[in-house]
Amino acid sequence: MAWIFAGGVVGTAVRYYIEKLLPHDGASWPWGTFLINLAGAFVLGGLLEGLSRLGDDSGWRLRARLCAGTGFCGAFTTYSTFALEIVLLGRHGYFGTAISYGLLSVVGGVVTAWLGIDIMDRVHRRRTPA
Amino acid sequence: MIAILTFLAGASGAVTRFLLDAWTKQRWRSPFPLATVVINVTGSLLLGVLAGLVLFHDQSSMWQTVIGTGFCGGYTTFSTASFETVRLIQQGRRTLALSNAVVSLVLSVGACALGVALARAL
Repeated sequence: MAWIFAGGVVGTAVRYYIEKLLPHDGASWPWGTFLINLAGAFVLGGLLEGLSRLGDDSGWRLRARLCAGTGFCGAFTTYSTFALEIVLLGRHGYFGTAISYGLLSVVGGVVTAWLGIDIMDRVHRRRTPA
Repeated sequence: MIAILTFLAGASGAVTRFLLDAWTKQRWRSPFPLATVVINVTGSLLLGVLAGLVLFHDQSSMWQTVIGTGFCGGYTTFSTASFETVRLIQQGRRTLALSNAVVSLVLSVGACALGVALARAL
């Protein structure tokens, strides 16, 4: 549990500062959350695939998954801010932006998570020739 | 000070997610990742209420930052939702994968809008 907490502090802190650099005004494309969520999905995909290729989910691999995965990636990415941004864009009448932001984020998250998994898969295969 | 409180709240959100996820997975034995959907929908509802209180009742935005950006942000997760959709696709469960993505998006946005409306009606 302490591993998750530690990863969660760092993940929230990094997201907090990125959102400060790229704040959302309720009218334009929410770049901060968009980039955070796609990057976090990519890292989580690569991390979980990489760890599962290295061995079973115990010992340091379990701690790494809880700290970097459940803690960091989980707290770094956010579904609630993402949903609120869509609601605020809709409230201000920017329906096109709201819908494309929602769909592109969901599709983009799946694509980047897949990419992370795929890259780790290739790295692993290169290291362990058949 | 607000920043530190926000980071700690975010970490508490992550631990809450872990506990709720484990609790739900013990009771829900189906390939559909219900735990993450419940977490994201309830977190979005709470953030909607907080944002509504700031928008319509002139509440200090400090609470939206600490509990909203911190707790709700750390509690809900976009990366796990995306990852679980990919795993479902890889297992050949395409319908479940698509419903997971659509249900998460529609219910979370709906819950957040409901939260904002609830706060406005207060």
